Amino acid sequence: KVEFGGGLELLFDNQRSHKLTLPARVPLDNSTSSPPSSPPSPQNNEYEGETKPVDVAYLVHWLRHHLLKERAELFMEGDTVRPGILVLINDTDWELEGEGEYVIKNGDEVVFISTLHGG
Amino acid sequence: MPRLCALCATQRPILKRPKTGQQICKTCFFHVFETEVHNTIVEAQLFQPGDRVAIGASGGKDSTVLAHVMKTLNDRYNYGLELFLLSIDEGITGYRDDSLETVKQNQKEYNLPLKILSYNELYGWTMDSIVEAVGRKNNCTFCGVFRRQALDRGAAMLGVDHIVTGHNADDVAETVLMNIMRGDIARLGRCTAICTKGEDTIKRSKPFKYTYEKEIVMYAYFKHLTYFSTECIYSPDAYRGHARSFLKLLEAARPSAIIDIIYSGEACEVSEEATKELKERKTCKRCGYMSSNDLCKACTLLEGLERGMASAGITDRGRKQLEASGPAPDGLRTIPFFQMNAQSPSQSAPDDGRDSAPPMPAVVGVEAG
Repeated sequence: KVEFGGGLELLFDNQRSHKLTLPARVPLDNSTSSPPSSPPSPQNNEYEGETKPVDVAYLVHWLRHHLLKERAELFMEGDTVRPGILVLINDTDWELEGEGEYVIKNGDEVVFISTLHGG
Repeated sequence: MPRLCALCATQRPILKRPKTGQQICKTCFFHVFETEVHNTIVEAQLFQPGDRVAIGASGGKDSTVLAHVMKTLNDRYNYGLELFLLSIDEGITGYRDDSLETVKQNQKEYNLPLKILSYNELYGWTMDSIVEAVGRKNNCTFCGVFRRQALDRGAAMLGVDHIVTGHNADDVAETVLMNIMRGDIARLGRCTAICTKGEDTIKRSKPFKYTYEKEIVMYAYFKHLTYFSTECIYSPDAYRGHARSFLKLLEAARPSAIIDIIYSGEACEVSEEATKELKERKTCKRCGYMSSNDLCKACTLLEGLERGMASAGITDRGRKQLEASGPAPDGLRTIPFFQMNAQSPSQSAPDDGRDSAPPMPAVVGVEAG
């Protein structure tokens, strides 16, 4: 489950809450060319080449390619989220969970909050 | 072996503090967040019991959390303060009108009296109309100058002794950088002061001066505080954006950079030579507000707008153009005369000792974009 706050939801069709299903293993280079089929079979390695367990870094790329409606530069900078956007994994600062390298488990909740606006 | 909070060692940590790098749990986070603000307030001796304090409330994350924390600390530590919410309506459609709804909600949640003052009623211009006349490059200057005066007038109407704003550590650090980048020595010397006081203006402080923006957002998130969060539609063109992007990159590389920049700013002393060039403070001949020149910045800007020479207060060319076209015609809209002492019953006598700091002209750098 993914949630957006702090104004980020405006980039994602004004929807704060999204439920996603991602494959258990994903390409090492975070390429998101084919949308995940559901449900992914545990035996079936859907991708050719090097893969890794699905992690938050992949999720970010996936969101940018499949859910982001506009202005990608407000969400991502280079290979990761734009500085100033906080990420919480199961209500915990992602810096404590290994940031992009955290491997996503079934039922995990990831929240993206932007801090880049007036107070 | 599960991780434990660095402070209480009993609960699971949920946050890594940028200031210290500590990993702490939710309860400890609330505690250090609130206590650090309390310490900031006490060490700077910001308040006296019985003070009437207006909280500059925009409905955004900083002012919402400020209202919550001020109320919490006032109750917990018995500051004895009378708190008010003061909100300024700049007239930015789609931004300010929505955020004011949040302030009204805050008013109900915290049960505090609320006053809203609009640019339209004070100056006869909304930010939308100003941007139409001025364009998107210098409009932030208008907004900052007008808002500062509007806050002072609103506070005078409420009869308060003190205004608090939600400026956080990131804001102050950005301002230090901005003033360095623009060579604005006068502002550089003042912008890190936690409390600013002029003879003719109401005391104004920033209890969140050492509070990281990230922690404010996390606090609001974990406490489920509602706030309004959209960028001002005119802000993408603001100069502050450069300082902000730079600061965010610095923070990612070295989180203590924000506090360190503030410390550098505080340590900066303006050299004697530079001080001689600073202007002395007078009062505006037209509206009575404090000013470095005969006319305060707000009156200059407004005259420019009214006479169709909007860049009068901003560029040298605009200023010369205004001066060349002679004195202002009669009947031009002006700002009503500002009298601080008349309206506030609890206003104490003026300071008996002069400040040792250099005189403070009308606009402190934080609001101008």
